[in-house]
Amino acid sequence: MNALEKIQRQIQWNRLVAVVEEQAQIMIRTAFSTTVREAGDLSAGIFDLQGRMLAQAVTGTPGHVNSMMESVGHFLAKFPAASMKPGDHYITNDPWLGTGHLHDLTVVTPAFRNGAIVGLFANTAHVIDVGGLGMGPDGRSVFEEGLYIPIVKCFDQGQPNETFFDFVRMGSRTPVELEGDIYSLCACNDAGAKRLVEMMDEYGMESIDPLASYIFDASLTATLDEIRKLPKGTYRGTIKSDGYEAEVTLKAAMTIKDDEIVVDYAGTSGLSGRGINVPAAYCRAYACFGIKCVVAPEIPNNWASLAPFRMEIPEGCILNAPRPYPVSVRHVVGQLLPDLMMGCLHQAVPDRVNAEGSSALWNPPLRGGAQVSGAAAELPDFEIITFNSGGTGARPTKDGLDGTAFPSGVRTMPVEATENVAPVIFWQNQIRADSAGAGRTRGGFGKIMEIGAKGEAEFAVNAIFDRVANAPKGRDGGGDGASGWVGFTDGTTIRTKGYQVVPKGKRLLLKLPGGGGMGDAKDRDRALVERDVADGLVSPAQAKALYGA
Amino acid sequence: MSARLAVDIGGTFTDVAIERDGERWTGKVLTTPHAPELGVLEGVRVVMARAAMTPADIVLVIHGTTLATNAIIERKGAKTALLTTEGFRDVLALGNESRYDQYDLNIDLPQPLVPRRWRLTVPERLDNEGKVLLPLDEKAVADQVAFMKAEGIESLAIGFLHAFVNPAHEQRAAAIVRGLWPELNISLSSEVSPEMREWERFSTTAANAYVQPLMASYLKRLETGLRGGGFTCPLFLMLSGGGLTTLDTAARFPIRLVESGPAGGAIFSAHVAKQRGWGKVLSFDMGGTTAKVCLIDDYAPQASRSFEVARVGRFKKGSGLPLRIPVIEMVEIGAGGGSIAHCDALGRIQVGPESAGADPGPACYGRGGRHPAVTDANLSLGRYEPDLFAGGALKLHVQPALDALGRDVGKRLGLPPEMAGLGVVEMVDENMANAARVHAIESGKSYGGRAIIAFGGGGPVHGYRVAEKIGVNRMLVPSGAGVGSAIGFLRAPVGYEVVKSLYQRFRSFDVGAVNALLGAMSDEARRVVAEGAFGAPMAEHRLAFMRYVGQGHEISVVLPSRALTAEDIPVIRAAYDAEYTRFYDRPVPGSDVEILAFAVTVATVPEEVLPVADVADAPAPAALRVQQVRDTATGEVATWQVYDRPAMPPGCTVPGPCIVAEAETSTLVGPGWRCRVDGLGYLELTRGEAA
Repeated sequence: MNALEKIQRQIQWNRLVAVVEEQAQIMIRTAFSTTVREAGDLSAGIFDLQGRMLAQAVTGTPGHVNSMMESVGHFLAKFPAASMKPGDHYITNDPWLGTGHLHDLTVVTPAFRNGAIVGLFANTAHVIDVGGLGMGPDGRSVFEEGLYIPIVKCFDQGQPNETFFDFVRMGSRTPVELEGDIYSLCACNDAGAKRLVEMMDEYGMESIDPLASYIFDASLTATLDEIRKLPKGTYRGTIKSDGYEAEVTLKAAMTIKDDEIVVDYAGTSGLSGRGINVPAAYCRAYACFGIKCVVAPEIPNNWASLAPFRMEIPEGCILNAPRPYPVSVRHVVGQLLPDLMMGCLHQAVPDRVNAEGSSALWNPPLRGGAQVSGAAAELPDFEIITFNSGGTGARPTKDGLDGTAFPSGVRTMPVEATENVAPVIFWQNQIRADSAGAGRTRGGFGKIMEIGAKGEAEFAVNAIFDRVANAPKGRDGGGDGASGWVGFTDGTTIRTKGYQVVPKGKRLLLKLPGGGGMGDAKDRDRALVERDVADGLVSPAQAKALYGA
Repeated sequence: MSARLAVDIGGTFTDVAIERDGERWTGKVLTTPHAPELGVLEGVRVVMARAAMTPADIVLVIHGTTLATNAIIERKGAKTALLTTEGFRDVLALGNESRYDQYDLNIDLPQPLVPRRWRLTVPERLDNEGKVLLPLDEKAVADQVAFMKAEGIESLAIGFLHAFVNPAHEQRAAAIVRGLWPELNISLSSEVSPEMREWERFSTTAANAYVQPLMASYLKRLETGLRGGGFTCPLFLMLSGGGLTTLDTAARFPIRLVESGPAGGAIFSAHVAKQRGWGKVLSFDMGGTTAKVCLIDDYAPQASRSFEVARVGRFKKGSGLPLRIPVIEMVEIGAGGGSIAHCDALGRIQVGPESAGADPGPACYGRGGRHPAVTDANLSLGRYEPDLFAGGALKLHVQPALDALGRDVGKRLGLPPEMAGLGVVEMVDENMANAARVHAIESGKSYGGRAIIAFGGGGPVHGYRVAEKIGVNRMLVPSGAGVGSAIGFLRAPVGYEVVKSLYQRFRSFDVGAVNALLGAMSDEARRVVAEGAFGAPMAEHRLAFMRYVGQGHEISVVLPSRALTAEDIPVIRAAYDAEYTRFYDRPVPGSDVEILAFAVTVATVPEEVLPVADVADAPAPAALRVQQVRDTATGEVATWQVYDRPAMPPGCTVPGPCIVAEAETSTLVGPGWRCRVDGLGYLELTRGEAA
């Protein structure tokens, strides 16, 4: 390969990243579900004909990305590349062939150049409703959790599969949005395919395979270089989730070798009877993300850069849920995995990891109208979810972030926008003082949210909250973050998981956890303690008790 | 007869341009950050002398400045408080609760302009229809005034939930504060940015309050200085949205001035496009630290209502403070002549956003710069004659450039320095092309049939290759490109845009309510414009921001500039479907369409610009010299002719590859391109079938 070709390969790689970013931006601009367009709960990527991911959009959320990466192989197993035609689009929401719950649609689209298939584009998006019980943990099997779409063609050579769309429309509480979202996913893959072909024309590329080899070689080499810098050994960690019926323990033994990092989850709790179970692909997704943030954050995600991270997940444990176990809210357990990984890595590279954070999103799915109150309903039917976050863990040299999503990559929705689409009133949505774990660097603060229905009418919440009995832990002597709290404004507590009615005249009150602190609080810069007191973030009493100020 | 004067204050230079009867005088002086009016007055003096004019000759002074932006970036604004709805103290801090970089554990989020101790709440609450759920606690407002006085607050922003639907509580709170503290500056969210989404609205209002005392004082001093210098003509300010406004309006809403410089550049391009009769262009302005691209259709720069200021994360989207004001939509990336190149952990060439700045500057300046910048890479390819750069004002040194390229890029990749230079230039061109592509996607536009208008020091150098990468076959390099923004100010209409939210669905469209709102908006905009129009005819432009019910992003659709009737409704609906299909290929079946907001723009009608007639062919002058230049597409070195731009008569054509040199920049005409001088002295580059 000559010097020019070396440079051109780099340009082409750069271009692929821009192509998949375009793909993601088109999805955001055309999607109907607030989860996609406002929150960014999506991913997009390009794959070779063996189903290996070459590049992934920067925009998106980690749980989708790494599991979507596995998904394309399943599509190819059912519909071999040779059988695909221009204008075809394939879809599934199978939790075990896609990204772990029925609310995520994955669409795969072949790209053609001069009549020959040259690559595949895939994307995943979290849609608002797929019927069933709705977003929540109460299902006892996946069949209760909603419409189950096997891998099928949704467009056949450009023609919509009307039988498929009939099923989709009848199976959702929000049929227009769901159908619109599917159109959006197909449109964004088409745009990606068009750009890929333009690049291949520009550089006279017959195949993307040589480019793929280069991307994979460079990524693998760079990842292995980073792994080799780590002290070898086996490091163990444990983290607890509140669970549904009972507390859940996640255990990991991480072995750092010369050419790979292997995580063994032996000792992890067994399956739950409710929808907090995690399919293996989703476990791999968030665990890899947690390791990668610490070990190789600058290496772009692709098949090769993730290959050296291997997971051994015992059968029968909550992180390897088989079909048809319920999995709807697998994030509530799965999003603790980066904290677990960092607990292991803390023993190897203590100055590169964070303390534990709130981690699992606090997303209250709210429902009202006749679905809750029957004939006595005072409100029109509504179904809505908003994404919310507590504090992130303290960092070795910086405080944690207040009310910020981590590890999830989603954004929240404006209260004004939410109140415009559903008859709810948010009476509070602000930082929760005194909730950050103390330390040399402190955790991020959690939030307080107070939500009622218009006219203080009856409504319901499908609770999916965690870290109420298990606060985010500090590291290196840092204090724990405040644990969460779920109840009504009158002080009544309610269960952290499952469907519950908020009676007429009452409001839901959520106190989101704060992040854990890092290092001895006595070593904290006095000026920062005083700033936090002046800002009303830390009370004088707590400043004295925790910081001796 | 009557001369007009424009001043653009930039970070380094203050540019001045005077025009009279088609003749133009320009000049640059150093910006004086401690008292910017001094630089302005000095620049005005210099160029007035050059033009041999007296203040009495000037009928209008137009001014644009980055002062407000710099105050925000450097955190040098007023001690600002925010009075807001109880329960929502932290809207500015929580933002959208996301991280702009998924994998970086150490990101910093932009700090709000108002610290938490000065974010004050009072009991009050409206619902989404503007109905009162909780009345305003007037005593609580008064109590907060006492606290603000004690804290030495200098400016106040008031932002209540849903105030864009019903401003009554904000107005009442402001009246109470004024009663107790008449001299305090107050900005209301319902006036500064009356649109849905509390974070963006409060952020904009806080930013307005933050810069208001500073800007009001500066504008006053400038006016006094000009009056003292004998200027009696009106002084107008350039707005981010591309219009001009009066001093009073600018002092009330200074946040609308933030992007005035780049807006001037876009208007400059739009005017050039109109002179050529080109309906679709891409404005491409590449300077020392950044490149700005802006799509211009039908001679109007693309408008937007959102902007991010003071990004903390390497130009990353989401790392700045959101502003919701009328702006000219453009993308700015960290790619300029001074952008520094290096190799990342994967051996990939990365360029920018770190910049070598002016001191020490690129390695080739010979002032001790050790890291290779884009200018070094251009030099290594033979694109610049070392002794003749910037008209010979700055001698370049080849060896330090090659050394730096070899050290930071070549060694790692096993490439000789000049191939490393090729890699750097290709990568920066690719980055600009990618930014332009994503910008088009986000704007729902394409590059088919589009031309590039290139200016700034780097635009004419990199333009042809960026054009190739985005599939454009035509490019124009106008003259006067060094002070493009100031010239743009001279072309801007006096105008004002009002945006208001009013939710409508097509199945239940309330013609009366919409007409009432649009009428009020039109009155408001006309009042502002009339102050500065001096009787010039005004034109009105109305837009509705629409989307399918359930979608999150709106498309703007033009409305007739008159009261709507029931017959208009299906026409507007059809126009939306057509727009949507144009962007995204297929309309969505079965979905109603909703309107989120309306915009009314009133502006003076710009002077008629007739497309310039073609000129007869003329012979090309002999080349000045030749240079050995390496082509970035093929890697091959060839002999490129170099022509002197001032010596090239209108109508002459020179074939690529060649370089057209002038004092301020060089225009590269790549292989397969040719360059013709048009009737205005502009360089028109074309390739392939575009001839």
